[in-house]
Amino acid sequence: MHFWYSLVDLLLPFGWLQHAFMKNALLGVLLVTPIFGLLGTMIVNNKMAFFSDSLGHSALTGIAIGVIVGIKNPIWSMLFFSVLITIAILIVKEANTASTDTIIGVFSSTAMALGIVILSRNGGFTKYSVYLIGDLLSISSSDLLTLGIVFVVVIVLWAVIFNKLLLASMNPSLARSRGINVRLYEYLFTMIMAVIVTISIQWVGILIISSLLILPAASSRNIARNMRQYHVYSVLIALISGVSGLVLSYFGGTATGATIVLISAVFFAVTFCMKLRLG
Amino acid sequence: MKHHNCAQSCQGSCECGLCCTKIKNFGVTRSGTEILRDVNLHIHCGDLTAIIGPNGAGKSTLLKAILGEIPHTGELQFLDAKDKGTIRPSMGYVPQKLDLDSSSPTSVLDLFAAAHTKLPIWFTYPKKIRERVRESLARTQGEHLINKRLGALSGGELQRVLLALSLDPIPHILLLDEPVSGIDQKGLELFYKTVSILRENYDLSIILVSHDLNLVAEYADRVAFVNNKTIECVGTPQEVFSNEKVIQTFGLDWSKRNLRVEKDRVANALLV
Repeated sequence: MHFWYSLVDLLLPFGWLQHAFMKNALLGVLLVTPIFGLLGTMIVNNKMAFFSDSLGHSALTGIAIGVIVGIKNPIWSMLFFSVLITIAILIVKEANTASTDTIIGVFSSTAMALGIVILSRNGGFTKYSVYLIGDLLSISSSDLLTLGIVFVVVIVLWAVIFNKLLLASMNPSLARSRGINVRLYEYLFTMIMAVIVTISIQWVGILIISSLLILPAASSRNIARNMRQYHVYSVLIALISGVSGLVLSYFGGTATGATIVLISAVFFAVTFCMKLRLG
Repeated sequence: MKHHNCAQSCQGSCECGLCCTKIKNFGVTRSGTEILRDVNLHIHCGDLTAIIGPNGAGKSTLLKAILGEIPHTGELQFLDAKDKGTIRPSMGYVPQKLDLDSSSPTSVLDLFAAAHTKLPIWFTYPKKIRERVRESLARTQGEHLINKRLGALSGGELQRVLLALSLDPIPHILLLDEPVSGIDQKGLELFYKTVSILRENYDLSIILVSHDLNLVAEYADRVAFVNNKTIECVGTPQEVFSNEKVIQTFGLDWSKRNLRVEKDRVANALLV
């Protein structure tokens, strides 16, 4: 961490970066937003926006379970529960009894209601409201270590599975004819999503986490003509929104996650207009 | 009308000395409902076998069972011409459609690169891939489509791209699921002609699920009629299209017209 601190002091001698918590937050943004930009492309491709939203919502129950069991850092109970609910959704989806939308809706609202019920016992919900909007400035050195490990693992996994996942998402039978185990890759993808959403929820907030996944990719989609452009633009937009959102929220005293989302939304509006003009 | 007996005629071993594919006693049951039973089919290399039948008869299910995508009973045997042994055949598959919206930023090159390379295509392409894709696309007259987005292709163009993909590498068995809609007649004929030429050049076994009986009559070597969960009738197009069950299913009009076309063709041939 010392290396990072002195690097920032050397390269970015700005007033707002004097505080250690801002240096931490900047590193956090630089680690989280590229992953969001990267994963978002496939989420938008597969029309899974609603799914990522429900992952965020189910985190409330994860926190509640952590409170009941008595874990200090609820991240592990959140991870456990979001992986559990992902598997549940996939299994029910494969049974093919109702549309995917309905299934996700059922699980998402149940998980959120359960979380609220448990956490609001004795009228104590307000102390958990930090999870609703997130607090990026509270990110600690040990959080950053976790985040760094997750960053490397996700990038490596994403590099290994992406091509096969793309084929499987376009036509499962086609993927199958080329020897791809469609189900394995679908599970891996949703698990990666569950992990990254859960890890970042305490800093970004339950209410807006899925917008952070969707907006950079959706903006990039407006102007990209192939997969490489799609990813490059998406990651760039996510990074720029992240850093500028952090700075603006510092000076404006606003919630960082929401500020980042607003800037991404501006990117979407601009690229949408570019798309209309370019045709 | 004379009733043709088209029970499965080409059973037994491959005496012809060519490679062949045998589908033996295929059955598919999903969530307690029987979809296919006792399906037997024998396909020689270089033959185009068309699968026809009413909607919901299980044609696409049969293709998916052959692909191994859904579990089935019975077995699939592929006998190689050279060593006479049974091997696991490689399959090429041309789906009806791709699941993507028209704004998707996936180019034709992306599709091929994703299928051929291990390097993630969002990171980089290997240098040689562009040349290989161009060669593949040339087989189906689609070289000019390489940089286009998949969503911007016409129905016929997309079919030719998917056909080119299924032929790289050249498979033992090629499975085609003809689109129900979205391709104009001209595009469909071009597609059939391309398939016909490829079959002769590469000695492919082709299984085609089709909805266009006119084109089937013109291009298929054998026709299998799927009805009531099984193959009710197999034979040459003439044999199958004069079978009473087939006529009942597709309507007498079509059959009459087909026979008239056949008669015309015979008459023309005599004139020549």
